[in-house]
Amino acid sequence: MATRQTKALARAMMAPSIIVLFVWMIVPLVLTLWFSFQRYNLNYPERSGFVWFRNYYFFLTDPAFLQAIGNTLILVVGVLVITVVGGILLALLLDQPIWGQGIVRLLVIAPFFVMPTVSALVWKNMMMHPQYGIFAWISKTLGLPTVAWLTDYPLASVIIITAWEWLPFAALILLTALQSLDEDQKEASEMDGANFVNRFIYIILPHLARAITVVILIETIFLLSVFAEIYVTTQGGPGYSSTNLPFLVYVQALLNYDVGGASAGGMVAVVLANIVAIFLIRIVGRNLDA
Amino acid sequence: MARAATTQRKIVVTTAAWIVGLLIFFPILWTILTSFKTEGDAIAFPPSLFPPHWTLENYFEVQSRSDYFRHFVNSVVISIGSTVLALLIAVPAAWAMAFSPTPKTRDIMMWMLSTKMMPAVGVLVPIYLIFRTLGLLDNVWGLMVILMLMNLPIVVWMLYTYFKEIPVDILEAARMDGATLGKELVYVLVPMAVPGIASTMLLNVILAWNEAFWTLNLTAARAAPLTAFIASYSSPEGLFWAKLSAASTLAIAPILVLGWISQKQLVRGLTFGAVK
Repeated sequence: MATRQTKALARAMMAPSIIVLFVWMIVPLVLTLWFSFQRYNLNYPERSGFVWFRNYYFFLTDPAFLQAIGNTLILVVGVLVITVVGGILLALLLDQPIWGQGIVRLLVIAPFFVMPTVSALVWKNMMMHPQYGIFAWISKTLGLPTVAWLTDYPLASVIIITAWEWLPFAALILLTALQSLDEDQKEASEMDGANFVNRFIYIILPHLARAITVVILIETIFLLSVFAEIYVTTQGGPGYSSTNLPFLVYVQALLNYDVGGASAGGMVAVVLANIVAIFLIRIVGRNLDA
Repeated sequence: MARAATTQRKIVVTTAAWIVGLLIFFPILWTILTSFKTEGDAIAFPPSLFPPHWTLENYFEVQSRSDYFRHFVNSVVISIGSTVLALLIAVPAAWAMAFSPTPKTRDIMMWMLSTKMMPAVGVLVPIYLIFRTLGLLDNVWGLMVILMLMNLPIVVWMLYTYFKEIPVDILEAARMDGATLGKELVYVLVPMAVPGIASTMLLNVILAWNEAFWTLNLTAARAAPLTAFIASYSSPEGLFWAKLSAASTLAIAPILVLGWISQKQLVRGLTFGAVK
């Protein structure tokens, strides 16, 4: 009797979350799917109708789309490589006995808490500005030509900014994982005369494997949707050279008012994200069982 | 001998760590220092690390020229409002799943997580059109609801991992001592749940404060939180660096402090309990 009551109560307690999330997920997604088959431009409301896959055809054959997909992948992979490798190195460094370790930790994780629009603007103006930026100052001091980062290397610039934001995340998580490594195991391997490289390959890296996987998957989810960093710095340009998929959809929808085309692009983004999500869910799900 | 070697090593490692830490922190430090410079000194070449003439002028200017305070209030209202909303919905759900799990609980948790994977651009168009129809564009309440929905899965997950750690045995012990359900809740469960709820709240405020997709796309002048307000500085090719720095410093300072306080819980919250 009590259990039936408890079960009913439990269901009632879960209902709001489930309903709200279900509506949030399903309604807009179905609408996006519906729009993606429509000819629907806010500038030309009289031209409408069901066009099947024409939006997808236009979107997928648009050279901008291929470039955006390429940029999205380069951005994700570039940032992942920098943050994971840098994160491991940082975590190894911070795991050593250091004076003022707490403060160094605070310094290192700080960028993660800076809102994306601020970090993008600070980098754009104060670090990468071709005349007054810190990089320009360094180049001039060393007698090298200055670089117009955002116009000459737009995608690389976005990658640098985004990597700066996510490096702390990787470092913090890997450091947490590193600190759970059994001290005895470390000491035993040291006594056995294993050098650092061996210890790293045979003990530390396998121990970090899961944390690295988690970092990669979670970062990928967020990096697939990088938006503010591009919006504030390059506006996707010059041309489409730093446009990623989210930014292309934004341009299509809110600047060109092409609801149909933007929706088709949105659906492509959903499919891409889902491929990644399947892997992430498996890993996190495995953890839930353990 | 061995001791000298370890001390030496510690000096080397400490130096390296501090250099790396300061390099990573440099853009933030630079922003804070620039906010105290005059506009002229801000773009002086060669740049000087510390302001040659310290001034608070920029902070006053930012407020008087652009009504900084209103955007700050928007950020506070949106981030705290969306967090409270999310907690109201999520606490009962996480509680039920942690304390009376059914075979379906796992699937529900996974499904909730999967909603988080949906890229925002996938639903930008309909949300934008719905908001336009309902007059919710550039509206604090609309944004609050969207951010609540964005973060709800993380909130449920994080609460769940905390509630899971509350030992159920303790309830039975309390019951044996003759505690009623009400007393059990007030004296045993709530005190044990509060730390978890508090850190979940902290993380969610941080995420909502820094959210920069929906806040940029759904607001204009009136409801713009600090993310959108700062973005508005990107258009004029900037020789307003000192003012930009002052606005930025004000925008990141509160959350930097909150973030530093909550760094331990952060790992757990952001990895859905996979790394603790």
